[in-house]
Amino acid sequence: MNYENMSSMQMDVLKELGNIGAGNAVTALSKMMGKKVTMEVPRVHVLEFTKASEILGGAEAEVTGIYFRMEGDISGNIMFLLPVDSSRALLNMIMGGLMDTGEFGEMDLSALEEVGNILAGSYISSLSTMTGMDIKISVPALAMDMAGAVLSVPIIQFGRMGDSVLLIETHFFEGNTHVKGNFLLIPDVESFANLMKKLGVS
Amino acid sequence: MTVCITKIGIAEVRAERDPAVLVTLGLGSCVGVCLYDRSKKIIGMAHIMLPSSIEIKNNSNKAKFADTAIEMLIDEMLELGANRSLITAKIAGGAQMFNFKSANDLMRIGERNIEAVKRELKRHRVKIVAQDVGGNYGRTIEFYSENGMLSVKTIGHGIRVI
Repeated sequence: MNYENMSSMQMDVLKELGNIGAGNAVTALSKMMGKKVTMEVPRVHVLEFTKASEILGGAEAEVTGIYFRMEGDISGNIMFLLPVDSSRALLNMIMGGLMDTGEFGEMDLSALEEVGNILAGSYISSLSTMTGMDIKISVPALAMDMAGAVLSVPIIQFGRMGDSVLLIETHFFEGNTHVKGNFLLIPDVESFANLMKKLGVS
Repeated sequence: MTVCITKIGIAEVRAERDPAVLVTLGLGSCVGVCLYDRSKKIIGMAHIMLPSSIEIKNNSNKAKFADTAIEMLIDEMLELGANRSLITAKIAGGAQMFNFKSANDLMRIGERNIEAVKRELKRHRVKIVAQDVGGNYGRTIEFYSENGMLSVKTIGHGIRVI
């Protein structure tokens, strides 16, 4: 089983999953901030892995990646990816501060990790509700570096099952602030068929 | 004479005659293997993702794996007229981008890729003359046929030429 030979039915299910998951994640973010956050309908891409970093502005563009391990009825990894300007916008949203160019401090990184945690957590809980599966996520790990380098970690895991990746692109807005975020959902090879079966599209 | 600059993407292998520059942008846990025949100025680069094609069922893409990609790259260089006994190697990458407390095998992938690349180069009797591997940061590498220099750029960890 891999993403290249996935049926259009399976693809639709993954898109819907991305939609619901991102919707819940944005609701959670909105609650945390006490402000109205809106989002566009997420775009789901299946890309050759050589092209995955282009969505993030090229392999050398600086991005934040927040990474989680999923365990339980399905195992795998989840990554939330933000371009660096979106990372700043997101921090400004949460902390209400004005951060334009400066370096990211420990506090900023830890706040980003926490937002990633909330987003990934709500994403997983919607997945868990839809499938009736018990899924837990690990504590987050964060890296801020070149897109190609950050993406190499999930891509290597995808690479064990095929030559393409599944990426869910979401854009969300608060007032005039625009944040572009991307989820990568990476079930382990053994878990992918199981996930499809639970969703009724084996 | 115009110099042809070629980007090598993830899981790609390429050999070129002089004058050529081979570039990989944003190398993370993957390893960039750069081979050079000084006498003929033939260069080659492989962007390796995984240590071994034997461990993986879906292994049709030979350029992904250390064992098969290095062999492929050497063959391509020989086809361009390189002399096997004169080929030397420079390697870069193999970072651990994320620091998880439970360091399982998947998380150690950078380290495992480095080990596998070194083992394969040794098997083909290719000497490693310089390396910039490990750490927790990404690298952009540029390899020049003119002199076999490899430049390594990072975000926040400086630029090196090896």
